[in-house]
Amino acid sequence: MKGPQLLEEHVGRLATRMGAFFPGERAVFRGHDLHASLKDLDWLELYLFGITGRRFTPQQMKVLHAVCNFTSYPDTRIWNNRVAALAGTARSTGSLGIAAALAVSEAQIYGWGVTLRAIEFLTRARAHVDAGEDLAELVRAELKRQRGIAGYGRPITSADERIAPMMALVREIGLDGGPHLRLAFEVERILLAGRWRLHMNYAALSAALCADFGMSPREYYFSSLPSFLSGMPPCYLDAVEKPAGLLFPLPCRVMLYEGVTRRQWQR
Amino acid sequence: MSEEFIHTRIWQEEPEPDNAFAAASCHCHGYNVYGDLLANASWIEYLFLLFRGEAPSPAQARLLEGLALALANPGPRDAAVHAAMCGGVGGSTSASCLMAALAVGAGASGGAREVRLAMEDWIERGTDLALWQAGLAASPAENPADVWPAPGHPPGFDPHGVRCTKPVLQTLAHLAGQGCGPSLPWLQAHRPLLESAAGLPLAMTGVTAAALLDLGFTPAQGEMLHLLLRLPGAAVHALEQKDYGHKNFPFFRIELENDPGPTGAGLKMEDKS
Repeated sequence: MKGPQLLEEHVGRLATRMGAFFPGERAVFRGHDLHASLKDLDWLELYLFGITGRRFTPQQMKVLHAVCNFTSYPDTRIWNNRVAALAGTARSTGSLGIAAALAVSEAQIYGWGVTLRAIEFLTRARAHVDAGEDLAELVRAELKRQRGIAGYGRPITSADERIAPMMALVREIGLDGGPHLRLAFEVERILLAGRWRLHMNYAALSAALCADFGMSPREYYFSSLPSFLSGMPPCYLDAVEKPAGLLFPLPCRVMLYEGVTRRQWQR
Repeated sequence: MSEEFIHTRIWQEEPEPDNAFAAASCHCHGYNVYGDLLANASWIEYLFLLFRGEAPSPAQARLLEGLALALANPGPRDAAVHAAMCGGVGGSTSASCLMAALAVGAGASGGAREVRLAMEDWIERGTDLALWQAGLAASPAENPADVWPAPGHPPGFDPHGVRCTKPVLQTLAHLAGQGCGPSLPWLQAHRPLLESAAGLPLAMTGVTAAALLDLGFTPAQGEMLHLLLRLPGAAVHALEQKDYGHKNFPFFRIELENDPGPTGAGLKMEDKS
């Protein structure tokens, strides 16, 4: 069945295993009663259960909480946070500011554009290495094809302050032996030994950990969506608690015009 | 179960004979969109029709055209455009750049909410100078139960302005000259008195509110149009900054007033406010 007949089959109804609520009675979340069998899950556990349909061990949850917490920076200069803060200074609502800041976090040079590419590379590289291919050759081919490897290198600075505390935590709870994590560090060794001089950044580290926890690239992408969230409301609130328009006001002199010379519109 | 319906007075479709999910004809407020408007109406006339349900008069079309041009690009210094550029510079998705522009441009200080509030003032005060002067003298009411933060200044006026800027004066003069409604000419005639009562110069949001009212839009319609009409500038500046890249975009400086130092041991948790 295809075309209009296929669409007709779905008019006015949705068949799903994801959930539903029964007004005034109960809510079902992926086949479980939300207020009974899932009532003891913390917010992130429920969020990840919604994405994967699976539960994670307490040790894994500790790392997954840290994956979000360690990259929630209330620094208004960062481009996604700045959107939330600009919403505050323009006296827009908190919801609009945060939602737009989250949407902007899907960037190419940071955030979820990198996230998805990082885990895709690591899972693909691991499959090739398991099949007997040479990792250094894979890295070289990837660099030639993509002019970079997602999860290695960083736009503002090469150092990544999140790596050491995350690795300390991972070692402390004994989750530092996963194959994707080992491969991620091996990729870094290859990149540092060559002329590229690229350090691993947080995207590759968290991607490797989540891949070791059994997440697919798509599951990791959704798991990452709240990872900047905790840093955003402080940026909005800081701006909204100060007089309107005071966040990074821009005088005319900061614009360096590099366009064509002035001319008259011809009617 | 019986089929459920979407009720609309705006849009009417007839399906293709072999496909209930494809329209063979689309009528907007009674006009055939692809069989009539496409050939005979301008984009701005169609926009007016969509919102008002009637074709504009030539004067109304000229006024909306002028307003749309005036609003199309507030420039990179505007907070909404700045937000869109924050998306562009990091290579964020196009939609997120516009979402950023909408979220920030929605605000009650320089954004669509301010236009809506100013339109509500116009509806309440009309062209009664005494009402305007009394209203502008009172501080804007703060409502802690409102999701919108208090704007902090009378809507339609520039909270950081010194005098009414040339582009605002040029826009007011051009729009007031289109002969469409009483608000714009009255605003032009009484601007100094209103600015004196507000203690602030007239802003583009104030001109916009008067123009939208003269075009017959409700405050809710005016808010929507203001959001829509300012998107072109946000779009092009976001695209431009994507090309320039983040190294050519201001990152500014932060002066952290409660830095615990490299170890983080200097403050107890409850002190890190």
